[in-house]
Amino acid sequence: MISLDLTSALPEVFLACAAMVLLMLGVFRRAGSTRLVLVLTVVVLAVALLLIVFSPDDRALAFNGLFVTDNFTAYMKVLVLLGAALTIGMSLGYIEREQMDRFEFPVLMLFATLGMLAMVSANDLISLYLGLELQSLSLYVITAFRRDSVRSSEAGLKYFVLGALSSGMLLYGSSMVYGFAGSTNFEALAEVLAADLAFGRAPSLGLIVGLVFLLAGLAFKVSAVPFHMWTPDVYEGAPTPVTAFLASAPKVAAMALIVRVMVGPFGDLFEQWQQIVVVISVGSMVLGAFAAINQTNIKRLMAYSSIGHMGYVLVGLAAGTEAGVLGIVVYLAIYLIMNIGTFACILCMSQEGRMVERIEDLKGLGKSNPLMALAMTILMFSMAGIPPLAGFFGKYFVFLAAIKAGLYALAVIGVLASVVGAFYYVRIVKLMYFEEPAEVLDRPIGAVLRLMITGTSLAMVLFLLVAGPVVGGAGAAAAALFAG
Amino acid sequence: MSDWPLLSLITFLPLLGAAFIFFIRGEQEDIARNARSVALWFSLGTFVLSLWLWFSFERGTAAFQWAEEVLWIPGFNISYRMGVDGISMPFVLLSTLLTPLCILASWEAIKVRVKEYMIAFLVLETMMVGMFCALDLVVFYIFFEGVLIPMFLIIGVWGGARRVYSAFKFFLFTLAGSVLMLLAILAIYFETGITDIPTLLETRLPPETQKWLWLAFFASFAVKVPMWPVHTWLPDAHVEAPTAGSVILAGVLLKMGGYGFLRFSLPMLPLASADFAILIYVLSVVAVIYTSLVALAQEDMKKLIAYSSVAHMGLVTVGIFTVTQQGIEGAMIQMLSHGVVSAALFLIVGVIYDRMHSRLIERYDGLVERMPAYALMFMVFMLASVGLPGTSGFVGEFLVLVGAFQVNTAVAVLCASGMVLGAAYMLYLYRRVIFGKMTKEDLRTILDISWREKAIFAPLIAVVLWMGIYPMSFIDVMAASVANVIDNYEAALAAAEGPSLAALWPVE
Repeated sequence: MISLDLTSALPEVFLACAAMVLLMLGVFRRAGSTRLVLVLTVVVLAVALLLIVFSPDDRALAFNGLFVTDNFTAYMKVLVLLGAALTIGMSLGYIEREQMDRFEFPVLMLFATLGMLAMVSANDLISLYLGLELQSLSLYVITAFRRDSVRSSEAGLKYFVLGALSSGMLLYGSSMVYGFAGSTNFEALAEVLAADLAFGRAPSLGLIVGLVFLLAGLAFKVSAVPFHMWTPDVYEGAPTPVTAFLASAPKVAAMALIVRVMVGPFGDLFEQWQQIVVVISVGSMVLGAFAAINQTNIKRLMAYSSIGHMGYVLVGLAAGTEAGVLGIVVYLAIYLIMNIGTFACILCMSQEGRMVERIEDLKGLGKSNPLMALAMTILMFSMAGIPPLAGFFGKYFVFLAAIKAGLYALAVIGVLASVVGAFYYVRIVKLMYFEEPAEVLDRPIGAVLRLMITGTSLAMVLFLLVAGPVVGGAGAAAAALFAG
Repeated sequence: MSDWPLLSLITFLPLLGAAFIFFIRGEQEDIARNARSVALWFSLGTFVLSLWLWFSFERGTAAFQWAEEVLWIPGFNISYRMGVDGISMPFVLLSTLLTPLCILASWEAIKVRVKEYMIAFLVLETMMVGMFCALDLVVFYIFFEGVLIPMFLIIGVWGGARRVYSAFKFFLFTLAGSVLMLLAILAIYFETGITDIPTLLETRLPPETQKWLWLAFFASFAVKVPMWPVHTWLPDAHVEAPTAGSVILAGVLLKMGGYGFLRFSLPMLPLASADFAILIYVLSVVAVIYTSLVALAQEDMKKLIAYSSVAHMGLVTVGIFTVTQQGIEGAMIQMLSHGVVSAALFLIVGVIYDRMHSRLIERYDGLVERMPAYALMFMVFMLASVGLPGTSGFVGEFLVLVGAFQVNTAVAVLCASGMVLGAAYMLYLYRRVIFGKMTKEDLRTILDISWREKAIFAPLIAVVLWMGIYPMSFIDVMAASVANVIDNYEAALAAAEGPSLAALWPVE
């Protein structure tokens, strides 16, 4: 039954209302309200998380078919909300120290998160675009949030200009698709393509061109090669908590979106888009691995690292199977936690109250702060995909899907890129343990960050024990996508 | 069989010890002292537990014993499976024997970050033992790769001058090999839908697939063994690692390659093994002769022993791929013997390194004058390495050569000539370090080995002589499993030949 059924969109509705209430709260309380608003933001996200966890698993449509919820959206939304809540939570210390404590900061992040949820649930090219833009516009602003800093403004501007370009491509692609298929609804599109296939008609060229533009626009959002150029500059220029945010939740949301669009409406064009996905996946893995080697700034390094990780995730998509989607879901879950842990460590990097972000500054951390160094080591080895840490399992499941789909060359290139990638992750371990401290990082680190670092690194080690349930949940999520 | 999980206990007891050490607090001195003793007691406890394995092990059967199984990732049929047979059980003991000795050997040599060092060693022990016990491909891979993390840190943090370079080389070489193996594991899973090793040992894979899988496994194991030409990480890693690190590296880590060939390549991929045996022979013979010659020219004692390891492991790979009872048993004995002897030789070098802080051969001469007990122990291990009858080295080399002669005379002859070279470089080393006149002034005050050091060498000497004089107690353990591997292999070859013969002479 297609109708304006709001119950399935309850978490989003709640989030939207809460965001506006918080905005009002900030406006009327003015000075000194940041801390309160930020804490409330985290609470709101947690409530939304619970709403999703306890919502029914069945597939449901809302807003006349513009909006869909099922197991896949639930899993992805949990990841998005978790990523958003954790990164917003850990930004508090930073924004207070750096005089960025305006109440708009958490509220904008909340709006971005709302946009991401809408993206994940999009069931129509229109709602896809709405969600994407709500997310992007909020992100442009918080990237440039330190308006007195040249780097931050530059990053914001760069992100905005290139983001607008990609949105343009996306819209152009959508209009082509609409023009040649006659609908923007995902189900209707799937029907049109299935009918084409059933009658043995080749899909029209215009539709494929539209699909390519669509894919290019989406690839920009996950910063896959060759649409990755903005990533290092924006990551470096944005305030560190914003970078942490950028690297976690939006990536998950955009990837969920790509997966849904490709597997759902364009599932029958698999042969066409598989080639593109393979190419951008190889490009991302290889560039992510090689370009990171020479980086000296840890945020730039993380940018290349996330490009590389997105390449591995796309391996799962290139397989185009249920196993592939399962691999993607597991990978994203692990990537999210691993990334947040690493950024929590980066947020701890300050010397005499001044933030530092050179990789060199980690020198000798093994001596000066053994526990943080241990956590960072675990996170780095996990990023490199060394078992028994969690990162390994993500790679395991995506490559399993690739092998199953017969993509042997892609799998071989992927694992070899991961060896190259291991080099730069391990280089950080080297700096921390094998070298003497030059300038010691400040201690002690805040309680929130300490909790975050401990929690994420423990999660990396103990993932072994919960692998069964996590993979099981991912299996259900993947199955939901292939049910329809 | 009893129903308590002995293998898991042996595997995870060291990890528990590591957790204990992690929570030790107090003054720097106290932490170091406590960490040392906790590590020693836990590793000794593990060793005692593993002795139980040796005595309770049922000889004469190829079945996996002390098997455990817990479903782990349900949707994927992956379980935590453990179990040992005659091939893996001796390696478990080798690992548990060497770890306490390493901890003893590091008692005074390691002065900084003792706590972290001991944690790394205990974690390493868990990974090694787990790897030999694992009966699931994924679990095996996790342990196999997991070894990299502690070993990388041990070389990099407590190593010598060029430790960073060596640690990276070790890490990247091994990782590059193993990720290809990972793909092979995934492919096997895709082909058969299971990762359960005992079942896979009975499964026949299509010949064309076998070839690729074999090469992928080979990439990993050849780096681990290490085989020429991918052996170059070994001399670097050995030279720079702290003594105990070299001991574990030579004693156990190299055996992972041989074990892998024996556990996976031969039984699971028999057709490809038969096809590629010649490749193994060529690379092994090159390793035996070339690295022996290189060893002759070394100035650094650890490097010399490292090259000798490559040569000795070359014999192991020849033995395995002869697929004869003698050849494989010889390879097993050779691996165990090398595990003990090369470990002991690294410890021997460690003794004088701790005193003089140099590993260069030219720094020493005439040590027998000041260190007679040391000279005696050095001699025992040196002769065992050369393969003197009565020591473990002889049994291994002899059996391998017997196996090789049955299959390929040329290979056997070349390997045998490698042994002559082996005698040459070891005796030459011994002469330069121990004999001659003591001319270096600062050597005049060097002290002979202490009680602690004697306690380290005593069990190793006992094992070397035991294996040399009465090898049957080891061969008994492995014979049934080895025979099973060979039967399996021959049955697979016969089955593959069958259809083609039938095609040639169709029965009317």
